[in-house]
Amino acid sequence: MIDSKMLAEKGQQLLGWVDDRFPLTSTYKAHLSEYYAPKNFNFWYFFGSLALLVLVLQIVTGIFLVMHYKPDASLNSAGIPVAFASVEYIMRDVPGGWIIRYMHSTGASMFFVVVYLHMFRGLLYGSYRKPRELIWLFGIAIFLCLMAEAFFGYLLPWGQMSFWGAQVIVNLFAAIPVIGPDLSIFIRGDFVVSDATLNRFFAFHVIAIPLVLLGLVAAHLVALHEVGSNNPDGVEIKKHKDANGIPLDGIPFHPYYTVKDIFGVCVFLIVFATIIFFAPEGGGYFLEYNNFFPADPLKTPPHIAPVWYFTPFYSILRATTSDFMWALGALVAITGGLAILTSKCKPVKAVAAVVTLGALGAFVLIEAKVWGVVLMGGSVMVIGLLPWLDQSPVKSIRYKGGLYKSILAVWVVCFVILGYLGVQPPSPIGNLVSQICSWLYLAFFAFMPWYSRLDKTKAEPERVTSK
Amino acid sequence: MSLFNKTLAIAALALTAALAQASGGVQLDRAPLRFDNASLQSGAKTFVNYCLNCHGASALRYNRLTQIGLTEQQIKDNLMFTADKIGEQMKVAIRSDDAKRWFGAAPPDLSVIARARASGDGSGADWLYTYLRQFYRDDSRPTGWNNVIFPGVGMPHALWNLQGVQEARFVEKDDGHGNKVKHLEGLELVQPGLLTKEEYDEEVANLVSFLTWMGEPAQETRRQLGWAVLAVLGVLAVLSWMLKKAFWKDVH
Repeated sequence: MIDSKMLAEKGQQLLGWVDDRFPLTSTYKAHLSEYYAPKNFNFWYFFGSLALLVLVLQIVTGIFLVMHYKPDASLNSAGIPVAFASVEYIMRDVPGGWIIRYMHSTGASMFFVVVYLHMFRGLLYGSYRKPRELIWLFGIAIFLCLMAEAFFGYLLPWGQMSFWGAQVIVNLFAAIPVIGPDLSIFIRGDFVVSDATLNRFFAFHVIAIPLVLLGLVAAHLVALHEVGSNNPDGVEIKKHKDANGIPLDGIPFHPYYTVKDIFGVCVFLIVFATIIFFAPEGGGYFLEYNNFFPADPLKTPPHIAPVWYFTPFYSILRATTSDFMWALGALVAITGGLAILTSKCKPVKAVAAVVTLGALGAFVLIEAKVWGVVLMGGSVMVIGLLPWLDQSPVKSIRYKGGLYKSILAVWVVCFVILGYLGVQPPSPIGNLVSQICSWLYLAFFAFMPWYSRLDKTKAEPERVTSK
Repeated sequence: MSLFNKTLAIAALALTAALAQASGGVQLDRAPLRFDNASLQSGAKTFVNYCLNCHGASALRYNRLTQIGLTEQQIKDNLMFTADKIGEQMKVAIRSDDAKRWFGAAPPDLSVIARARASGDGSGADWLYTYLRQFYRDDSRPTGWNNVIFPGVGMPHALWNLQGVQEARFVEKDDGHGNKVKHLEGLELVQPGLLTKEEYDEEVANLVSFLTWMGEPAQETRRQLGWAVLAVLGVLAVLSWMLKKAFWKDVH
């Protein structure tokens, strides 16, 4: 007969043995059972844990795909590239292969859905503000890695869009002055996208980027648990603690948020499964129709559209033509002028003047094509500057004024329109609209130090409010 | 947030207007797809007899046809002309450089053609259904055939003895710049084939259904499994909501 009391005692002994050698209990407490999160998390707070879930799903499904996928651009006996044929092999001949493949392809799109919503949450509630600047920067780095991961992965099915999409993006690097042409050859490993490119993109996709991604996610979480989570009210729960040093408005992450997030996971999986089982192509947005044609280096498709999650930034690239440089110059001149006029510190004025004149000079000297590439990258990275651009006395949208809310609304609309225009073939009206939206997208960041100060904010509450 | 909502509404309107402007590709007929075994088997027969001489379906193995209700013996006796083993893929003997010389382009593999041909204008099946019914005589083409939705197509009309011969009716139109251009107004059957128009449309519908099935043989399983997965997830969602409620009752 096994005595349950004795068994529990043995268990305690084992745990003690481990704890003497590894911080198991203390880590569990620090990150789960005694990590105090604000009790007023709302809908927007599901997307962090969901991003982690999708990351795990992508890694696990990815492992199984790598077992059967072949990064080989040579043609098989039927004249089909081996890589393309191996994807169809997974879809048909590998037991359960189609479900693994659809999970991975849908997972890529859902990763961006979840991460965009997660980032927007940060924007709404000022989660990037002091003392969470590093969490935000790690987050931006994760987002950049995610874009690289998606880009490298998209070449692997070796369809027409894989091939020509990679061709277009790698060619962007050729726009960089002096080193550009050599750099693009260095990236491709060949003069055109070829087997060499496919193999190195495969290496980046399955090992290099995921490693960096995992490290950054760990840093993101460690930094978060060091300072504690923000909340929809944007007030610090650590300001009011009970006698034991526990925040009055805090509840332990486990079990409260673990059970809540499990519910979030179930709802997410319902959406996820609906796509996988009933619309895996996502209307041509998750799996582009043209990508069911094997890559053909001799046949350029009439319309090369990136996958939907890249399109807002791709639109900014396309919008940056030589006539747009005037608008961009005006944006820089106004921002620089404002900085010189409003700053009270002499060195800051001097730096602002030099940077503004330097930028305007560079706009004249270097062609618009290069600035398109710079702006495409810059429009992602500039999000990382938010902690320093936002000068509002309050963090959360709940206490910000009408000015900020209207500007944010316009910015969101611009972002969506840019995304929409990015999947469309270029047109004169579309180009004009995307230029206006690109300008407004950038102006949201450029003018933030001023309008966030002008905005009439409401007083923040002392403690968090429920609902 | 009412301003936010207003702005969103205006943006939605602008987008709809832009969308309406953007459409205007080719007009496709809707393919009447049927996934019963009889239709798919008829489509398989047409595919093997008329398409598989030049076009391969290298992702499909012959024994996969057991999924549409055929026995291995039936497949071997009626559908396998160039392969020995039932597990072989549907490949063709034609060499792609020969084909390129004869037709100007190598005939594409058709394994996933029904997926590849989808676009904003319609499904891949719609495109194929329209394409296979809109060949017409054109003596300016090397093969003597042209197609309404695929101008300058390399393939001759492989099904012509079934459909018969169609000719195009052109009208002169002003292109808005003062030039007269030939505008294709419609097709006319000038020589009947073995099948009536209705029979031919039916034959093509079966073929296109087969091509659609072939593009993703797991699609029927996928949809069936989907309902079961959603049912399980639905139950889990309810249970996890109750669990959350129970845990949170002391949080105020």
